Amino acid sequence: MKARVTVTLKSGILDPQGKAIEGALKSLGVDGIASVRQGKVFDIELAATDKAKAEAALKAAADKLLANTVIENYRVEVLS
Amino acid sequence: MKSAVLVFPGINRERDMARALKLASGNETAMVWHAETALPKGTDLVVVPGGFSYGDYLRCGAIAARAPVMDAVRDFAAKGGLVLGVCNGFQILCESGLLPGVLMRNAGLKFVCRDVHMKVERSDTPFTRGYNAGQVIRVPVAHGEGNYEADEETLKRLEGDGRVLYRYCSADGVVDEASNFNGAAHSIAGIVNERGNVLGMMPHPENHVEEIMGCTDGRGLFAGLVQQFEKAA
Repeated sequence: MKARVTVTLKSGILDPQGKAIEGALKSLGVDGIASVRQGKVFDIELAATDKAKAEAALKAAADKLLANTVIENYRVEVLS
Repeated sequence: MKSAVLVFPGINRERDMARALKLASGNETAMVWHAETALPKGTDLVVVPGGFSYGDYLRCGAIAARAPVMDAVRDFAAKGGLVLGVCNGFQILCESGLLPGVLMRNAGLKFVCRDVHMKVERSDTPFTRGYNAGQVIRVPVAHGEGNYEADEETLKRLEGDGRVLYRYCSADGVVDEASNFNGAAHSIAGIVNERGNVLGMMPHPENHVEEIMGCTDGRGLFAGLVQQFEKAA
C-alpha cells in the first residue's frame, strides 16, 4: 500500500526559506506569485492492506516523528 | 560533579564539552552512546552537546530526540537531575519535549559562526550561579537554526516565570534588534524548563573556558554547576 504524508508549516509561523524561494521566483520573472510556503512530502510504502490500519500507522508516524506539531500541520493520504 | 555527555552520530562538540567539564570539576566525563538505555550510576549532570546529529535530517535534533538514551534522560530530568543542552543539544531537548518551543532557521537564512554577547538574566539558578545577574559574557555561536520560537502563551510564561536565563545583547548589555543576530523571539539565547533543571542554549560556553581560546567567559557556567554539587555534598 502506498501512502503520502505532507507536512506544512502552520499559518502564522515565519518561513524564511519559503520567503527566499518566493524572492527567487519573483526575480526569475515567474508571473503572479503571491507567496510561497515550503513543506515536506514523505512517500511511504506500507505492509498493511487495511486502509484504516494504514492511516492509524501513518498518523502515529507523523505525530511521533515526521512533524513537529508545535509548528507544523500534516496530512495523511493512502494512495493505493 | 559527575557528568555524562551524550554522543549521537554527527555530534562534533562532545570532546570540547568533556574537556570543559573536566577543567571545571576535575573529574573524567562519561561519554554515553545514544543506543544506551541507562545513564552511568551517580550521574549529576547530563549534557547534550552540539554538532549535527543525524546530519540535521528531517529537522535539527528530531531523530536524536527519539534515540533510546533520551528515555533515560527524560527519567533523569523527571527526578530533578540537571540537564544541559548546547546548540544541537538545545534543538534535541526541544524536539524531545523536555523544553518548550522550537529552533527555526535563522531569520537571515545564514549560518552564523562568530562570537556574540549575551546577558545573564539571573544568578540564582544552578546554570547561572557562576555569574552575576545582568553580567554580559562573550561566547561563540555556530548555527544555522537558532531562531527560538514559541507561541505567545509559552513566551509569556517563560518571561513571567523568569525562565529566560540568557539573552543576546550588545557588548555593553543592550538587548536590541541589532544584537539579535538570528531573530530569536525576545532575543532568547537560553531557557530552562518549568522546574528549572533543564537548560537549553544556542551559544557554546564550552569553547570559551581556557586562555588559549582567547576568552574565558564560559567558565562561569561550569564553575557554577560544580559549586551547586559542592554545596549539595
